[in-house]
Amino acid sequence: MATTTPARGAYTPPPGGTGTASKRHSTWRSRLWRFDDKASPYAYIAPFFLIFGAFGLYPLLYTGWIALHRVEMTGLDQSEWVGFDNFAKILQDSEFWTAVANTFVIGVISTVPQLLVALGLAHLLNYKLRASTFWRTVILTPYATSVATAALVFALVFRADGGLLNWVLHFFGAGNTDWGNGEWTSKIAISVIVIWRWTGYNALIYLAAMQAVPTDLYEAASIDGASRWQQFRKVTIPALRPTILFTIVISTIGSMQLFGEPLLLQGGTLGSVGGSEHQYETLSIYLFNYGWKLGHLGPAAAVAWAMLVLLLLIALINWIVGRIMRKSAA
Amino acid sequence: MTTTSPTKTVPDLAPAPLPAAPGKGGRFKIGAGQQLRGGPFTYIALIVVGLGSVLPLYWTLVAASHDQARVLDSPPPLVPGGRLWHNLQAAWEQANLAKAIVNTVIVAGCITAATLFFCTLAGYAFAKMRFRGRGALMTAVIATLTIPPQLSVVPLYMMMSDIGWNGKLESVIFPTLVGAFGVFFMRQYLLEALPYELIEAAKVDGASNIRIVWNVVLPAARPAMMVLGMLTFVQAWNDFFWPFLALDQENPTIQVALGQLSASYTPDQSIVMAGALISTLPLLLVFVIFGKQIVGGIMAGAVKG
Repeated sequence: MATTTPARGAYTPPPGGTGTASKRHSTWRSRLWRFDDKASPYAYIAPFFLIFGAFGLYPLLYTGWIALHRVEMTGLDQSEWVGFDNFAKILQDSEFWTAVANTFVIGVISTVPQLLVALGLAHLLNYKLRASTFWRTVILTPYATSVATAALVFALVFRADGGLLNWVLHFFGAGNTDWGNGEWTSKIAISVIVIWRWTGYNALIYLAAMQAVPTDLYEAASIDGASRWQQFRKVTIPALRPTILFTIVISTIGSMQLFGEPLLLQGGTLGSVGGSEHQYETLSIYLFNYGWKLGHLGPAAAVAWAMLVLLLLIALINWIVGRIMRKSAA
Repeated sequence: MTTTSPTKTVPDLAPAPLPAAPGKGGRFKIGAGQQLRGGPFTYIALIVVGLGSVLPLYWTLVAASHDQARVLDSPPPLVPGGRLWHNLQAAWEQANLAKAIVNTVIVAGCITAATLFFCTLAGYAFAKMRFRGRGALMTAVIATLTIPPQLSVVPLYMMMSDIGWNGKLESVIFPTLVGAFGVFFMRQYLLEALPYELIEAAKVDGASNIRIVWNVVLPAARPAMMVLGMLTFVQAWNDFFWPFLALDQENPTIQVALGQLSASYTPDQSIVMAGALISTLPLLLVFVIFGKQIVGGIMAGAVKG
């Protein structure tokens, strides 16, 4: 290719391509062109890799180095080798394990209902509707709301005294719940914020996948006498399986990162330790508290590595579950 | 993640944001499974969910328009009161909001502009140019999506302090100048929307690669760039975790200012709500105007994700 059609190798030229056109150019010019074609794609993707290398990959490896050193917020340029002390420190800290458990529990009780509701919602939005764009935009408004705003509003809604939710509940004979201070109620409150913000977004993802399901599948199903519910279970859900797995992965990664919600639910010092009994302390809060409140960056970096290990574990579980799902489908 | 049958769905969804393609407007209506009309139950359910989506924001407005004593009183206020202006002013002064908003516009603006430029370039290279290692590099780009920022904030903070960027806007702008999602989004769009014939014709005319980018790729990519721009802007505007660590009260973004307003020792809740309102209104406005495009963009980017 390179001998007859100088340069222009950036794509596959169709037969009888640009050969005659490029003959006009002198050799140095065609050499320049060839260089242009060889180098340009790399130049175009370089910014991404440079930025990711400098602010993503390098810090990720650097985290490993810090985790093995004593680095204090008060003297960032000083470090001292401590081996695995930081890891030992956090692994022996019961607060760390509380944070692991909390992250896991909040992750499950926020992801599962969220995705189930989103699935149902997508199904409704997939009907022929009046003002369909309006509905889609409305359910997406929480997505436009920042973590901070959402957490602060819900903090008021979940207030023990004079909170909106307790006021509503008192009509049903309840309403004395101290949401922020309860072991479970505080986790539920955090989850509600997460669910509120992300359900609409996930519904749109499912909706997009549903619209990609070929119509003839539904036609064939209805000819076979399948009810709407059967069509949903036997046609829609199997077709959505990859998308569902995708949203599970994304939501899982997201729940590993929960920070703003627990920080602001009760605010102040309670926020930075995840509640009076650490009842809603997530791993991100634990990392923040160790590194930025207590000023010990070594253990904070060790927490980051622990998060990486957990993520890999979750990825493994996801992979296994995916395999089982595929097997059971076959 | 890539198993989401990327190629199949692209033709339907990629042109979704095209404002300049009126013929495509009806594509959702002929979509699969849309043959059924929504019944009354469907609308009731949608109204309930819709109210649930909007009510917390409405209540932000209500809480921001009373004084704190009234907000915390039982029964709580359900309709707006008369202190909105007073609370907005108080929040504006207490939380350094004027500076915060200017900062946020700078940060979100820089990130959006850079993301659009770099992601379009990279997306074009991945979609239409042939080069060694393309497949592996694209996989690498997607893999970076799964790394949460938490894993690298500690060294990032130390690096920023090293360069002298701690507390400065550079520290929150540079790490997010270009993102994997944007690269992927632009690639998927350009795969479909930019015919090889156009690039070829430009080459026959003797155009250099950068000229082709300028004269052929950018015009073709414009609809997708608009959507990516809005998604990026929303995200940059709302970003909380890293800005909260990197910036301080002297030089905050709006989210950081809001976080600190509520973290003060005795936060006045109605003023905090007024601050929340100020921080949210610009984005709500963007949503009201461009809701359709944003919805289309999320749906287009999502299936392929």
